[in-house]
Amino acid sequence: MVGSSQPTPRPLSPHLQIYRPEINMVMSIVHRLTGLALYAGAVLLVWWLLAAASGPAYFDYVNGLWSSVLGRIVLLGYTWALLHHTLGGVRHLIWDTGRGLDIPTVDRLSWWTILLSAALTMVVWVVGYWMKGAI
Amino acid sequence: MAHQRGSRHFLAQRLTALLLLPLVVYLVILLVSMVGADHATVAVRLSMPVVWVPMLGLVLAGVWHMWLGMQVVIDDYARGGSRSTLQMLSTVLSIATALACLYAVYLLNSGA
Repeated sequence: MVGSSQPTPRPLSPHLQIYRPEINMVMSIVHRLTGLALYAGAVLLVWWLLAAASGPAYFDYVNGLWSSVLGRIVLLGYTWALLHHTLGGVRHLIWDTGRGLDIPTVDRLSWWTILLSAALTMVVWVVGYWMKGAI
Repeated sequence: MAHQRGSRHFLAQRLTALLLLPLVVYLVILLVSMVGADHATVAVRLSMPVVWVPMLGLVLAGVWHMWLGMQVVIDDYARGGSRSTLQMLSTVLSIATALACLYAVYLLNSGA
């Protein structure tokens, strides 16, 4: 590009803001966002493993952080992101076989992914609180 | 990074995804089963081969998968010199995460 003259203006494809959000496109964005969140989540998981490996004092300290309100919100988000990205991944694997690529099926799979990820997150947390003896 | 080696990248992303599927289910069940457990319980659990082997597999496959995913995201949004810097940063962070996990598993098994 350096030294070349200004290219002639060419038509732009419609910008993202122009589209009304469709479920399939929202899901594509959410899959990417949950993937990014899980990148950070992997670091958090390894931090917890290191805490468990370094003895009771530090482990209790880290567990205390996770038990705080903020810690629980992060963990709840982590649970949902993990389950949503996993289910979204299954969707992608189905598409990789060439199946389910028509728009009605894509939309149906999208809604199922949202519903199932929310429901499973709830199940995991209810069982978690039950394990803790809070229920 | 993802360009020119597209099919290898595609395959590695899918293979790690397939590997991660059962491992994620296992991890979630494992973690939920340890809610409220004290350090001694968790340490004993994590030093069992039936736990640390899948846990290590999960982190290693997960790190590989997230490294591949981040390559695509960086290629999509970063321009110019910042692209290679971010790619390098992601590679370093991924390797560090994997090594830290290996170290944790080693410590848990050395009876510390």
